[in-house]
Amino acid sequence: MINGADTAWMLTATVLVLFMTLPGLALFYAGLVRAKNVLSVLMHCVAVACLVSVLWYAGAYSLSFVGSNPWIGDLSQAFLIGVGRNAVHPTTTIPDSVYIMYQMTFAIITPGLIIGAYVERIKFSAVLLFSGLWLFVVYAPVAHWVWGGGWLAAMGVKDFAGGIVVHTTAGISALIVAIALGKRDGFPQHLQPPHAPWIVMVGAAMLWVGWFGFNAGSALTAGADAGMAMLVTHMAAAIASLTWMGIEWARFGKPSLVGTVTGTVAGLATITPASGFVGPLGAVVIGIASAAICYCAVQLVKLRFRVDDALDVFAVHGVGGMTGTLLTAPLMAAELGGVGYGNGVTMASQFGVQFTGVAVALVWSAIGSIILVKVTQSLVGLRVRQDVETQGLDLTTHGETGYNLAFGGTAQ
Amino acid sequence: MKFIIAIIQPHRIDAVREALNQAGISGLTVSEVRGYGRQRGHKEVYRGAEYSINYVPKLKLEIAVDDDKAEEISEVIMRSARTGKIGDGKIFVFDLQSATRIRTGEIGSQAL
Repeated sequence: MINGADTAWMLTATVLVLFMTLPGLALFYAGLVRAKNVLSVLMHCVAVACLVSVLWYAGAYSLSFVGSNPWIGDLSQAFLIGVGRNAVHPTTTIPDSVYIMYQMTFAIITPGLIIGAYVERIKFSAVLLFSGLWLFVVYAPVAHWVWGGGWLAAMGVKDFAGGIVVHTTAGISALIVAIALGKRDGFPQHLQPPHAPWIVMVGAAMLWVGWFGFNAGSALTAGADAGMAMLVTHMAAAIASLTWMGIEWARFGKPSLVGTVTGTVAGLATITPASGFVGPLGAVVIGIASAAICYCAVQLVKLRFRVDDALDVFAVHGVGGMTGTLLTAPLMAAELGGVGYGNGVTMASQFGVQFTGVAVALVWSAIGSIILVKVTQSLVGLRVRQDVETQGLDLTTHGETGYNLAFGGTAQ
Repeated sequence: MKFIIAIIQPHRIDAVREALNQAGISGLTVSEVRGYGRQRGHKEVYRGAEYSINYVPKLKLEIAVDDDKAEEISEVIMRSARTGKIGDGKIFVFDLQSATRIRTGEIGSQAL
């Protein structure tokens, strides 16, 4: 039966999660790129959001959440056929329409996250093709396995809001695309720094607020689980921000804004899978661990492996999501303020299950993305020409420029 | 007439403007510019990665003055803009061939 309070909260949570992408993630990324590519990044986020919405309607939702096959959903609700106005989503107290819309916002932000890896040098057609295929090949199966009653759910994998489904899949795929595309001209020695750190902060703050819909909304009810999820989400974000700030302060002598808000996002990504299962103490541990581990991962990917994952999608989201999923096993213990384990489940056995979930998602996302990169490459090509990259994607691809301050043209 | 171009630290502009007003200049043009001198830019760190900023933000001041005022004005700028650290900037003085006030058509010193 539909519950008004639950439905009201889930409508709100849906708005918050869409707000994470539009404009939160878009601004977070836009501030980090050079001024000549600011519009192209915003455009990627808008276009991916719209495209995924249509594909979700067309069949991705049905493949993710409908049917009882453990491997993949069916197409019985493709084009949302048979979704009645008054239908209640199974095992919940909210309308099917709200559940479909809520999950759609997750499907939007996941390929949205990958954008950070390929900015400033990818063809726009490749963005559309890769993102659309990726939704069906990587996102829909993994979402089904973990959240749609698939085999990982049956095994007992705990992923409250998307440490595996969202952040691991997006992070690994980001790394694959970044390697396939190659480095931006000048990486890593001769790049210009982020063109507008203040926009990065604005975007991160929107992500922070929107994340309450992401994590507390994943309770699917307006109750105690949502309340605790919101509390631990906020604590993890605050502590991770301070931790990252402290690391940079100690290492470089200055606490930077970009670093601090990167810590925020690392903390949020890492608490995501654990947010429904841990208590405040777990949030403190995750807050500190997320910033420390993701900070090291950024240095490792950029400086050691020399992979131009331009905006650190893998190091912040991928590594954060995997870390949080694994840490869920020990931190959900009742003694540590968590929800405790099910019958016959121990900390060690839960850890084994969590590890399996992460490993499966990692391998599936990597293989799927490698194939999709090849397909995209052969159909439309991946990378823009060198002169296009030098001039910037805003003008060359979209015919617009981000900043027209003093010397604007005249209307024809 | 002389034309003075001064490149200064952006944060010294208020002090320089006050000093110039006291010295009695009649106008000043300021623009935001970027460049480098012997300091060769500086470093900024984002997410642990060091970026070389080759062109440092500066302000460019342009002032037209009578011949007999040029030396004094240069002196005023030098004193008010100086912090003693690398990157304080430079002052260049040129001969100014002519000046015209657009509104009235006045020419030469009258136009300043």
